[in-house]
Formats: sequence, C-alpha cells, structure tokens
Amino acid sequence: MRHTIAVLVENEFGVLSRVAGLFSGRGFNIDSLSVAPTNDEAMSRMTIVTRGDEQILEQITKHLNKLIDIIKVIDFTDETAIEREMALIKVTAEDAARAEVLRIVDIFRAKVIDTTPKSFTVEVTGAPSKIDAILDLLRPLGLKELVRTGPVAIGRGAKGWKG
Amino acid sequence: MKLAGARILLECLKQEGVDTVFGYPGGTVINIYDELYSFPDIRHILPRHEQAGVHAADGYARASGKVGVAIATSGPGATNTVTGIATAYMDSIPLVVITGQVPTALIGNDAFQEVDIIGITRPCTKHNFLVQNVKDLAGIVKKAFYIARTGRPGPVLIDLPKDVQVAVAEFRYPEQVDLRGYKPTIEGHPKQIEKAAAMLLAAKKPVIYAGGGTILGNASTELRELAETLHAPVTTTLMALGAFPEDSPLSLGLLGMHGTYYANMAVTNCDLLMAVGARFDDRVTGKIAAFAPHAKIIHIDVDPTSIKKNVRVDLPIVGMVNEVLAHLLKVIEDRGDAVEVFRKAAKPWLAEIDGWKAKHPMAFAESSKVIKPQAVIRKLRELSQPDAIIATDVGQHQMWTAQYFSFTRPRTLLSSGGLGTMGYGLPAAMGAQAAFPDRQVIAVCGDGGFQMNLQEIATLVQNRLPVKICIMNNNYLGMVRQWQELFFNKRYSQTVLDLPIDFVKLAEAFGATGFVASKPSEVEETIRRGFAAPGPVIMEFKIAREEKVLPMVPAGASLNEMVLAS
Repeated sequence: MRHTIAVLVENEFGVLSRVAGLFSGRGFNIDSLSVAPTNDEAMSRMTIVTRGDEQILEQITKHLNKLIDIIKVIDFTDETAIEREMALIKVTAEDAARAEVLRIVDIFRAKVIDTTPKSFTVEVTGAPSKIDAILDLLRPLGLKELVRTGPVAIGRGAKGWKG
Repeated sequence: MKLAGARILLECLKQEGVDTVFGYPGGTVINIYDELYSFPDIRHILPRHEQAGVHAADGYARASGKVGVAIATSGPGATNTVTGIATAYMDSIPLVVITGQVPTALIGNDAFQEVDIIGITRPCTKHNFLVQNVKDLAGIVKKAFYIARTGRPGPVLIDLPKDVQVAVAEFRYPEQVDLRGYKPTIEGHPKQIEKAAAMLLAAKKPVIYAGGGTILGNASTELRELAETLHAPVTTTLMALGAFPEDSPLSLGLLGMHGTYYANMAVTNCDLLMAVGARFDDRVTGKIAAFAPHAKIIHIDVDPTSIKKNVRVDLPIVGMVNEVLAHLLKVIEDRGDAVEVFRKAAKPWLAEIDGWKAKHPMAFAESSKVIKPQAVIRKLRELSQPDAIIATDVGQHQMWTAQYFSFTRPRTLLSSGGLGTMGYGLPAAMGAQAAFPDRQVIAVCGDGGFQMNLQEIATLVQNRLPVKICIMNNNYLGMVRQWQELFFNKRYSQTVLDLPIDFVKLAEAFGATGFVASKPSEVEETIRRGFAAPGPVIMEFKIAREEKVLPMVPAGASLNEMVLAS
C-alpha cells in the first residue's frame, strides 16, 4: 500500500544520508522524496512516498523516529491530507499538434513556461493522479523530457505543525 | 578560560568520569595524545590494533555498565575500529569512539589518511558527529555520552578534525542535554502493564524469555523477583546469561539454536511468552512460523523498533525493562490471591518441564582418553571465583561456555552475540580486567579466533592485566567444520588449521606464561596452575577434535526439531 510520510528533521549535516541509508539498509522502498527548509531554519521537512504492508510501515515510522536528528514523523495515510506535486514537461509540438497541446494545457489548468517552434515546456501542479493524467494525454504527442518533484503533503484543517 | 580543542575533549572525558581509554596514536590525534600528559586520572591503554582497542572498550562497558571510550587516528585507524563498533552496535553496548580526521579544509580532497568514517559508520552507530567548529565540541561530547548510555544503548562516534583540536574556544561543559528528536521512553504504559498482569495470571503455561536488555537495563533483580513470585520458568538468550541464576530450579538455561531441550520444548508448548529486553533473533526463534505457536506474546523493550520486527506480539510495552518489571511485579503482588491461584494452575506445567529436564538434561559423553571441551568449561566454573568474568570468542567454545558454565551473575559473560565477531574474546577480557583489576577475568577462545587478535597478549603483559586465556584447540574452525560435517558431506573446505602452534612458547615470547593440557587427567592441574600463576597466562587444551555443539536446531528448522546428543 502507498503511504505518504512527512518527516521534520534537524537541519544537520548528513540527515538525508541517514534517512536514505535507513531505507536502503533495511530494504524499504522510496517512491519519491522531497526535502526543503521550513519556516524555522533549524529544521527541514521531508515528504517521503513509500509502499509496504502495515507491518513494514510500522517499522519504517519507528525507525525514522529512532534517528536522533528526526523530530517528528507523521504517516499521512492515517488522516486526511492534501498532496500536491509539480511536473515540468517538455513536449513535442509542431503543426497541428501545437493546438492540441495548448488545449490539454488549458483543460488541466497547466501553464506553458517555455516555447520553441518545435516544443512547449509545460508546468503543471496537482495531485499525483492529475500529473499522471496529463502525461497520459501528452505522451502520444511525444515527450522529450519530464521532471517531477514528487508530492509534498499537508494535513487538512486548522491544526498545523510548528516548523 | 579558552582552551584548545584537544584539551577540551579530555576535559569533557574527565567531566564524564572516564577513568580508562583504549587508544592508538597517529598523525591526526597527536594533539590529543600530547594533552594526555595533563590528565593523570585518565588511564590510557595502548592496544596493538585499533579493532582490539574498541573491543576492549566494549568489554570494559559490558563488565562495568559504564560507557567505554576508544580513540583512533584518521584513515586506517578509523577503519580498523569499524568491526569493533559494529560488534557493539549489534549488542547495544554504550561506547564513545573518537577518531581523528584530516583538517576541515582538506576533507573531501583524498588527503593522506583521510576516510569518510562518518559515512562508513552511519549504519553501525547509534549516532555519529563530525565536529566542524571547536565551539560545538563540548556540547557534542556531552550529547555523545548521553546518547550512548540512554534508551537502547549503543556506540557513538565523534570525528574530530585536526584543526578543530588546535583551535581554541571558551570551555564550559553543558549540564544538560537538549535533543528534541531523542526522548527515550522510561516508564511503561500503566494500562499495558495492567493488561500484562492479567494475561500472565490467566496463563497456565507461562515462560519468561529474557534477552540482553535485562542485563543492559540492570533488571536482573526485578526479573528474579517476578519469576520467583510467580514460579514462572525463565529462559535466557546468550546475551542474557547471568541475568537469571542458572542454578535456580526455575532456570531453563539457553534457548534457540544451541539451547537446552527443555527451554526449546517449553517455548514451543507454552501458552504465554513474556519477552523481556529481547529481539527474537533468528538464532533464537528458528522457523518463525513454528515459534511459540500456542502462545500469547507480551514484549517488553526500550526500543519500539524491536517490537513486531520478527514476530507477532499480542501486548507490547515500551519502557526501561527494570522500571516495567518492577511496576508489573507491584501490580501482580496487589492481586494477592490471584498469585496463589496462578501458582497452583501452573504446577502441572512445571512438572511437565521437569519431565523434559529429566528426559534430556544437558549432557555429553565423558571421556578418559580425550579432553572434552564441555568438561573443561565445567572445571573452569568449579575452580574459578564466583564473580569471575568470562569473555568468549565466537564459535563452538562460545556455545560450550554458554551451555556448561552455569552463569549466576549479570555482567559476567562478555560475548559477541549479534555480530558474532571472532577475535573479540581476548581484547574484551582485557577491557574487563582494566575495569576490575582485582577480579578474575578469563578469556575462553578457540584456536581460530584467538589468532585473530593474539597480538593483545603484549598489551596484557605491558599493562599488568592478568587475564587467563583458555584456548580450546581442535586445530579446526570448529563451528564451520560442524556445519560441513552435518550439511556438506564432511567436506572440510578451508576449516582445517593444521599448523601445530606451540602456544606455550608463544606466551613466553610475549613475557606471559603458558601451560598445555593434552589428556583429561591434565585438565584440572593446568587450570589450577594457570589461575595461580601471576600475570597473563595461556592455558591450551588439546580437545577432542570433532566434538560437536549439541543440541542443535538446524538453521530454518523449528525449535522442537533438535538434533540431540546421542
């Protein structure tokens, strides 16, 4: 089962290695991982998408909590959260296909951020399933390059985490 | 007052009450060694190899319960510590290992004797630190000791670049540690403990399975009180030997691959298994699906990641094992009559266990022609002091020691259980002897493991550490040979050590004393002379070459599928 885990970490030397090493050393999978500083510059926040059964997820969250530099771990699959991911997509766009790309971009409320006579570069933001959907439509037109950020997640409601 | 980093480090060690360090000098730690002259209260012991230095610090820690400290230089000095650190990590032993590092400006340049020891030791330390600024040094040392000894203990490495040792800063040792990401659980959840008491008292066939955490968590008194109150039988892992007195009628001895018949039968047939400070290692459980198949499982451990890692658990309790057991005992005692009812209900169970004990006691075929290693171990127990500390290497002799020595006190067996490090025994004994100069310390080794760190006899002689070394010599790498005999058609590939070594002369070459026993009739005399001789001693026992460790649960089999002694 797919899980999205948010991790608040000390902004210390080597933290990313510790987290990555934990996953690789114990044979856990990482589907995606994104990390950036938080409002408090002493902390960073990671969003990790992983998969595994209940027992594996329990071990993953316990092992994350065990790392000294990790301050807090939340498995978002247990509660309602909003996930957003961004993708930059370079797609072939010549002749009639140019209009088709623009139509798809419009439908998905995406943006063209760079253009040449032969291509468009598209920026799209949304839940990972939305990114998958626009890719399904653009792929037949010719994908030149794709970069996805991996999702970031935040809990719904008024309550927030410090940091 | 402003002090140089090297001086700050040693001031910090003094503040932590460190009385002994095991270290090896080198280019990037010369400053620390130079400052050492100003610290006469810190005894420095120079091993002959950094790996042995870390094992010695580990032996010191296991025997004393204090944090062991080792120092090594950068590069090869640092890499030589890795086996020692991994050994301590697998057995949760509190260590602080300090390595020198090339100056910060050179890090990453492939400088002379540079290695990324932080990267190398990340998966085998509880935590590690690279000190980038001398201002952080005192705080880091404080954190390192705190992390090493609290919660589930473990080794912590501090990598200290040479320029940081030279740079000066105001020295103030912090009084408190603030680590917002590290708050070990001390007390168990009261509701869970209530439930555990109810589950225990409802059981008819209970077994307590004690692991190394009962020794590391100083819980042997609580364990004994609980077991004796309930009349509940106790089996111990290799790491827990000594946590529960093996001469008690409630003791089942060792469980698992080379455990007793009755311990393994009791675990297989019990209806309640209470694991205390144990981690359900594969050498303990055998085939997981057939492990304690009829039992509800209570698991008490300070480390939440140990719980439900390998086996299903019906009731987890996270906390310090001594705290949890004391609380549990109190809850049980408050039930008064229920304890009587429980004891009565469990009587047939104890009788069943006594039946297993009578059917297959721990036994071996005695001989008057060849020295049986089990007989040597029994004789060592008989002739050694009651508080003697035994360190072992890894292999057959380790299992014979575990099976036949009959440990009765905690922290008297030092053995590499998790990593299974050959060469551990002699340096670990050295560390224990440094911690307890007046107690008897015995290293039981095989001829294979002994040769991995035999250079440490020099350290013993030089530092007047009178460790008594017993070599169980079968001219084989015996445990692997046993597997080859049983599972590889007796094809003894590379396990025959057929160079006859004169261990008496070897001892004498280092300025130690050597004795050898070739016949059963010489065993007792050799041990008596060895124990009586001053200083370090080697006692070599030429044992029955193809003696096996039995009982044995083949790897992957279930605990009740034991190969028993014929």
